[in-house]
Amino acid sequence: MDSNHYDGALPPAGAGTRAGGSVPSTAKILISGGFGVGKTTLVGVISEIRPLRTEEPMSDRSVGVDDTRGVRAKTTTTVAMDFGRISFPSQLVLYLFGTPGQERFWFMWDELSVGAIGAVVMADTQRVADCFAAIDYFEHNGIPFIIAVNCFDGAPRFSPDDIRIALCLGPEIPIVLCDARVRDSVKHVLVSLVRYVMSGHRRRNQISMA
Amino acid sequence: MTGHDGYGDRWFDREAGPVVRPYAVTSGRTLPSGGASFGLIDVVVATSERQPQFLRLGPEHRRILSLCRRPTPIVDLTSEIDLPLGVVRVLLGDLTSEGMVRVLPTQKQPMTDERLLRMVLDGLESL
Repeated sequence: MDSNHYDGALPPAGAGTRAGGSVPSTAKILISGGFGVGKTTLVGVISEIRPLRTEEPMSDRSVGVDDTRGVRAKTTTTVAMDFGRISFPSQLVLYLFGTPGQERFWFMWDELSVGAIGAVVMADTQRVADCFAAIDYFEHNGIPFIIAVNCFDGAPRFSPDDIRIALCLGPEIPIVLCDARVRDSVKHVLVSLVRYVMSGHRRRNQISMA
Repeated sequence: MTGHDGYGDRWFDREAGPVVRPYAVTSGRTLPSGGASFGLIDVVVATSERQPQFLRLGPEHRRILSLCRRPTPIVDLTSEIDLPLGVVRVLLGDLTSEGMVRVLPTQKQPMTDERLLRMVLDGLESL
């Protein structure tokens, strides 16, 4: 039951800190999609961008897949990535993590998706197939996601229904048209995701109570 | 274009950071002591002024302690001290086993905390 869970990121009452300062609540959302679809633009338009370095073992899977010339002697690889950070007056910090594109960084996806609210899968109607891998991953791991179709200037616009068919998505998954360069548009995308996640929990609770 | 854009330098330039050296500050250890697992957005708080019993504090330990006098999420801590996440986790393992910091865990399952979701929604809508 949920009552056994630690309550989100909120500290236990009276958590002692050496020099005071209240403990922030933290949450994260993943921003996913194919290379060049606008993930970085979307994150940058609504949050403060910060750098993060990770250094992780290179998996055997990458052998023969990635070009590792010049790094052959190495068994770890440095992954430099950015993340977005939005601080709210309510002591809440929301993090936006873009999922790295290349297959050899799949290990990071597990790390990033643990405890995430959900994911925004960005799609480009000219290269719809680029987001299949992300959709598969989130479906497989039970992570709620919505589709944000980044409407570039001049990009052909399709109706959400066409996109739903192209992506083989069920009717419940929201598809939002957006412009990753426009803050209000990105805000709408994130709000849509959180609302979808909240409605999903309510649905599941009703089913389990029935 | 500069010489640093050459293909072979791709992972070795200044932006990528040093390749081997980071784990020197952990004496080569790549996993936190005690098998602790720290999530990216878990919050670290310094707990006491006491001296460590077994640990010899390095400068990186001290930087972490100093930064998390104010409760600080691990991802911000890592970004701030500019060491790889794996290194920061090892150092945090040292400090937690000495009781000098506490790491407050966040929910590891898909996030279902209604109160937190509501906070996020309200926050986003007020942007």
